[in-house]
Amino acid sequence: MPVLEFSGVTKRFGTLTANDSVSLTLEQGEVLALLGENGAGKTTLMNILFGHYQADEGTIFVDGKPLPPGSTQAAIKAGVGMVHQHFTLAGNLTVLENITLGTESLWSWRQETRTAREKLADMARDYGLAVDPDAQVSELSVGERQRVEILKALYRNARILILDEPTAVLTPQESEGLFAILKSLTAKGLAVVFISHKLHEILAVSDRIAVLRRGAIVGTLATKDADRAQIAEMMVGRAVTLPRLTPMEPGAAMLEIEGLSTTGGGASALRNIDLTIRAHEIVGIAGVAGNGQRILADVLSGLKGDFAGSVRLHGKSLAAGRPRAIVASGVGRIPEDRHARGMVGDMEVWENLISEDIRSREVSRWGLIIDRKRATARAERQIAEFDVRCEGPDAETKLLSGGNMQKLILARALSREPSFILANQPVRGLDEGAIAYVQNRLLEARQRGAAILLISEDLDELMALCDRIAVMSHGKLSEALPTGARTIAEIGLMMAGQDGDRQAA
Amino acid sequence: MSDLFEILLTAGFWAATIRIVSPLIFGTLGELICERAGVLNLGIEGIMTVGAMSGWMWVYQGGGLWGGVLFAAAMGALFGLLHAAFTVQLGLSQHVTGIGITLFASALSYFVYRMLLPLATTPPKIEPFDEVAIPGLSDLPIIGEALFNQSPLTYLALLAVPVVWYVLHRTPLGLAVRMAGENPVAVEAQGINVLAVRTGAVVVGSALMAVGGAFITMSWFDAFYFGMINGRGWICVALVIFASWQPGKALAGAFIFAGLEALQVRAQVLAGGFIPYQFFLMLPYIMSILAMIVMARKTKYPQALLVPFRRGERV
Repeated sequence: MPVLEFSGVTKRFGTLTANDSVSLTLEQGEVLALLGENGAGKTTLMNILFGHYQADEGTIFVDGKPLPPGSTQAAIKAGVGMVHQHFTLAGNLTVLENITLGTESLWSWRQETRTAREKLADMARDYGLAVDPDAQVSELSVGERQRVEILKALYRNARILILDEPTAVLTPQESEGLFAILKSLTAKGLAVVFISHKLHEILAVSDRIAVLRRGAIVGTLATKDADRAQIAEMMVGRAVTLPRLTPMEPGAAMLEIEGLSTTGGGASALRNIDLTIRAHEIVGIAGVAGNGQRILADVLSGLKGDFAGSVRLHGKSLAAGRPRAIVASGVGRIPEDRHARGMVGDMEVWENLISEDIRSREVSRWGLIIDRKRATARAERQIAEFDVRCEGPDAETKLLSGGNMQKLILARALSREPSFILANQPVRGLDEGAIAYVQNRLLEARQRGAAILLISEDLDELMALCDRIAVMSHGKLSEALPTGARTIAEIGLMMAGQDGDRQAA
Repeated sequence: MSDLFEILLTAGFWAATIRIVSPLIFGTLGELICERAGVLNLGIEGIMTVGAMSGWMWVYQGGGLWGGVLFAAAMGALFGLLHAAFTVQLGLSQHVTGIGITLFASALSYFVYRMLLPLATTPPKIEPFDEVAIPGLSDLPIIGEALFNQSPLTYLALLAVPVVWYVLHRTPLGLAVRMAGENPVAVEAQGINVLAVRTGAVVVGSALMAVGGAFITMSWFDAFYFGMINGRGWICVALVIFASWQPGKALAGAFIFAGLEALQVRAQVLAGGFIPYQFFLMLPYIMSILAMIVMARKTKYPQALLVPFRRGERV
């Protein structure tokens, strides 16, 4: 008998069907990978299992017994534990407090901290999950916080562990550590559901793969029988075309930075940066986060106006600190964090789409009154052109998946055919289909004659997409050499500050 | 200057400080509990008014003193429930609801008072709580009389500080309350009902606020006046921030404010000839602001304060 069984589970948000009659089983001791693009309904399905959402139709069975819907408590009691993608921890409280919450009767007059400590120490030994129970969660690294989340589930005797995109925030080394932990857990009889859209991880860690597309299961297969291209195609629904850089002759200089420096901010302050990007050229900036990439992006997007040195766009001085003027001068901005800086989640899609040129004649009358009809019509065209999957211009933006939200940002930034594009981590957190889409759009812009600055922590991405690559470390930028002039290992060393004294932030 | 220090040595100064501090302790603890759970309760000013009126009215209508305190607490809890219904269950703006509760609760108190006593011109008095001397300690010079010969409500206030601290920091319930104010999703993910925890905290906190109001009419002025809460609720809101949401620091902050208030009244008499009295009136507030600037700079405020929690919503 399977330890977990989904039977015809359907969930709708408005007119969007997030899960469409999903049936799925999980056996004891196995790692089941739940694979799918962003917005395919993986997290929704698991949130139904864990009682965050209630299914509209269908039943979930744990050990053959139906699980009461919509109750987190019932799910925990049945032995389900969930490690959420966005950790459910309180930073101002200690590890112990985060773990023991809800494990004792709320009406007890004291906390049994001693037995809790002993149990934690046992678990740390058994599973190799060591964390200081008295540490404040806010002081822990991301990897350690994830360990606390896993401990939280194990502490409550979870037998089915759900991990929602667990490696999204981990370094490659931390991911390896996580995989080892998962092996020791399944060896002890736990069943694991591993949600991801990274194919190589899934092939490395899972026993069986279930692929979700647009809310429905399109197939399950044993990992040993699976090959990469096949599951990528199952996931996306068509063959994925990987971006290919065709050599082009660069044109006139679009962006010229000379001696750019900023003050404050420690390791991230810019120190005397020089960089020129020409038309038909993608220049990549490699580096560990927190070495000045964000400050550089802020300067170029107009969010930071106080700096020394000169920044020129098509020969004219940059409108420092004036985002609207910068956008008007032909800059397309793809910000690092789509939720915090790219989009206003509580606003509608069309509102977000006009937010950068709200005063243009195209969407307003005399730059004063929004012309709702024309703005909506333009939004409809952009949604169609950039293949944004949403209910329409009036959809609430936060209901969109990450990939679709990013397409929306592309639509906003690229529709005006900017001559310089600032792309800061444009594919972070996206699935294979969306990544290929974003990258191909950037290549199209290059083809058209735009100059593109691509900031990324992913060296493979930079190698595949850039004409030249510069490395940023401690606020300094190396010379941008043609891709291939340096090996990945050399770039890695430069990212670490070359002299080796630099620790990853 | 030396005259000022002499004031500090009088029993009258300390007695006044204690009297002023008692309602502030109740109010601050009440607000602190609400905010720890993630709910700002700006209804405090009105809820204290309700407590002042209902406690007094209970006794005036022939009820017992302790019955009056319980009645005031129950009325406070009721308005707390109203606040929670809007801000917790429906997830509406905590600011707007709080101000609304204050306006509604104050006005209703005055209205009920006038309904029941339409003809009273001078506010009638009740027989208030008697001081209870603690044998031995109350004979100490200067502070003995002030600290250990007090209304039982004052002792209750002082006792409430360690009790609230213990519950918040040493019991599973307190952990759930604090977690609800830090990350409600974490509470939900551990199988605890966030809305119930927050509602409970607001109800209990509001009951404490109301007892603070009742102290003013049942142990201080012995009568109910219009506008008698006079901004004490707002002071409590500020004290919670000053205290970084810690009950112990809240006690210290309340004492500093009350001491300054007691001092300024006496300093007015002392220097009334050459410094306008308004200067002394504003003194405690200015000192509070200064203290806030120093104390509240590195405050770790509850991360989910003001953030409504809605179950099953896609974020």
